[in-house]
Amino acid sequence: MNSKTFAAFVGPSIFLMLLFIAAPLISVFLQSFYLTQPVFETVQVETCTPGFPTQTCVTETKTQPILGDDGKIVTTVKYVGLESYRNVLEPDRAWAALKAFDIGALLTIDFWKALRFTLTFTLVTLPLVIGVGLAIAITVNNATRMIRGPIIFVSLLPFIITPVIGALSIRWLFIGDGIMTAFLEWWLARDISMFAQGWTIELLMMFYRVWHVAPFAFVVFYAGLQTVNQDTLESAMIDGASRWERLRYVVIPHLMPLIVFISLIHLMDSYRVFEEIVGFSSQAYRISLQWLTYDFLTPDDSGNRSISRASASAMLTMIGIVVLLVPLLRKTWRDHKGGKV
Amino acid sequence: MSLPKSMQQPMALRVSSAGFLAFWCLLASFPIFWIAVMSFKDPVDAFAANPLDVIFGPETVATGRGLSIVSILVGMVALWYTFRLATTTLPRLVKQYSPPHLIVPGWIIGALVFALGFLIVFAGLLPPLLGAVNSVLGPLGKPILGLTTEHYSAVWFENAFYENFINSLVITVGVVTVSLTVGTLAGYGLARSGSSLAFWILIIALIFRALPHSVLVAGYLPPFINSAELLRPILGDAAPTLYGQPWAVIAVLVSINQPFTIWMLRSFFQNIPNELDEAARVDGCTHFQAFRWVIMPVMWPGVITTGLFSFLLAYNDYLVCSLLLDAQNQTMVPAIAGYFNRETTTTDQVEAVAAAVSIIAPLFLLIMIFQRQIVSGLTAGAVKG
Repeated sequence: MNSKTFAAFVGPSIFLMLLFIAAPLISVFLQSFYLTQPVFETVQVETCTPGFPTQTCVTETKTQPILGDDGKIVTTVKYVGLESYRNVLEPDRAWAALKAFDIGALLTIDFWKALRFTLTFTLVTLPLVIGVGLAIAITVNNATRMIRGPIIFVSLLPFIITPVIGALSIRWLFIGDGIMTAFLEWWLARDISMFAQGWTIELLMMFYRVWHVAPFAFVVFYAGLQTVNQDTLESAMIDGASRWERLRYVVIPHLMPLIVFISLIHLMDSYRVFEEIVGFSSQAYRISLQWLTYDFLTPDDSGNRSISRASASAMLTMIGIVVLLVPLLRKTWRDHKGGKV
Repeated sequence: MSLPKSMQQPMALRVSSAGFLAFWCLLASFPIFWIAVMSFKDPVDAFAANPLDVIFGPETVATGRGLSIVSILVGMVALWYTFRLATTTLPRLVKQYSPPHLIVPGWIIGALVFALGFLIVFAGLLPPLLGAVNSVLGPLGKPILGLTTEHYSAVWFENAFYENFINSLVITVGVVTVSLTVGTLAGYGLARSGSSLAFWILIIALIFRALPHSVLVAGYLPPFINSAELLRPILGDAAPTLYGQPWAVIAVLVSINQPFTIWMLRSFFQNIPNELDEAARVDGCTHFQAFRWVIMPVMWPGVITTGLFSFLLAYNDYLVCSLLLDAQNQTMVPAIAGYFNRETTTTDQVEAVAAAVSIIAPLFLLIMIFQRQIVSGLTAGAVKG
């Protein structure tokens, strides 16, 4: 295939990706250094009220946005350097909190709070997803052929349904006197309200994520299990390996590339955790990095969006993605050079 | 079983693994099953602390809305036949009546006709019929299982949820068609070109896949809001404001989805032997002709699978739609967030549940019909590397 045909085939896709992925990235990067603000003017306003014997007049200075000819508010764009980053990170407060070893104070700053939650969430759910997925895959592989289809069908449900709705469906089980709360209260014989404090919401969010992603891990591992070399298994058995040893020394090494694959996908996806915050309405207690940017982008009560702060927090989020991707890219680069691809 | 004795599993292992599987199936389906049950009940029943109250709905029955034993039996028989029809007759009819190269439209039409028939039978035909039968039967015709569809009618008609549904429909159909058209071409090109440029395009696409969507939306918002002014020098007075336009959201979702699409389609195209298009080329086809007449007829399994995942992305999206569309003109998923945020009375809450169930019902059908394609899509990227 010569390069002209190749360009014709790939062109539209590349064009879309450049226009809607690469260009926004650059513009976010630039936006984070600039601040768009309405221009304010200070005017002297004299208000008079009828009084006796003369009018009472008060003169006060007011700041108000200048309206342009078209009736819209005039805005200026100003270069502010790292100001927006400073507003997001609040380095002074953060540093003071760090020096005093006061983690609680550090976590009152939105960005650090979001970072703490995002990282805990990612790292706690990762082993759980792999473990649960692997366990289901191995048991399904052991089960009789007839029930495998229905089990795969049921397992796909949590993975396919809309994430926000999935989170909501779990929330409705626990909300108020929902049946799960009622059950837990009966079981533990104490009062429980799952949505009154942060850590219980966090637990529910992690539970939801494992519930949502484990089916994906299961399906991938299950496909991998079909390709395990039966001869190796048999010879391991002849050598007297127990069931557990066969799993540990034959099956898991065979699945290792898939485990790495699932981990990578899961790291990327759970670093972007967002839908859980919406579904569980946890913004008062727990927020994530992506939610922070989303919150800056949502218009506030006066209809303003803090674009520059959103851009700064987006760029800071990107740093994490880069850290995640560098090892992967280095490995791909080495494979490519070695001609393995 | 023909397994040798040494290969057979000990009893304890069999029991515990069966128990684990049963537990997992319960865990996977319970929340979804439960909200489906809740959505048909009176608010008092739906949020009752006793699970039996939620299932049987005494309050709902007390107001005379419910199913009798006869209705339940008839309903189950009808459901069983629907299931049989969907799994055996429908695929056969689609295969029979649609020409091979139009299998996808054939399936879409088949599914729509099926859904329409389902609605007519279960919402239009059965209730009056069973109502008449129940009134004759006496004690057997008394309602025992509370069931009311009033929340659904409140959501869909009074609160105009169908407008959100139409928005969702426009956006999903747009995203699936555009992203498949663009993605198939690119996937084919990438699969057939061994150049190192193709390799780098794929790697960059992989990086793009990892980007959080909020980062990208932060880049779209200012230009989209001001696009009328930005584009005026080029387009004149016809320059549109992109913010709030469904087709702008389609373009954004297609692009966000593009990295995933081309990776997946590329791996499907690599499985189609190269000799096939070489043969066509020897016979004098250009690359495009070879693609059109030789590859397109055999590429449908891969395209359907990728289309399913594009569909899911567009259908399930919350972040992009909620930021780039007006609050008054939302798709279904962001619209429901508005529901449960304003939930003040318990009736509002049950209506939110009904809206949620309405959103996931099509997905349920989707897994039923396309389970095999979904599984092959999930494993395509992973197993082949």
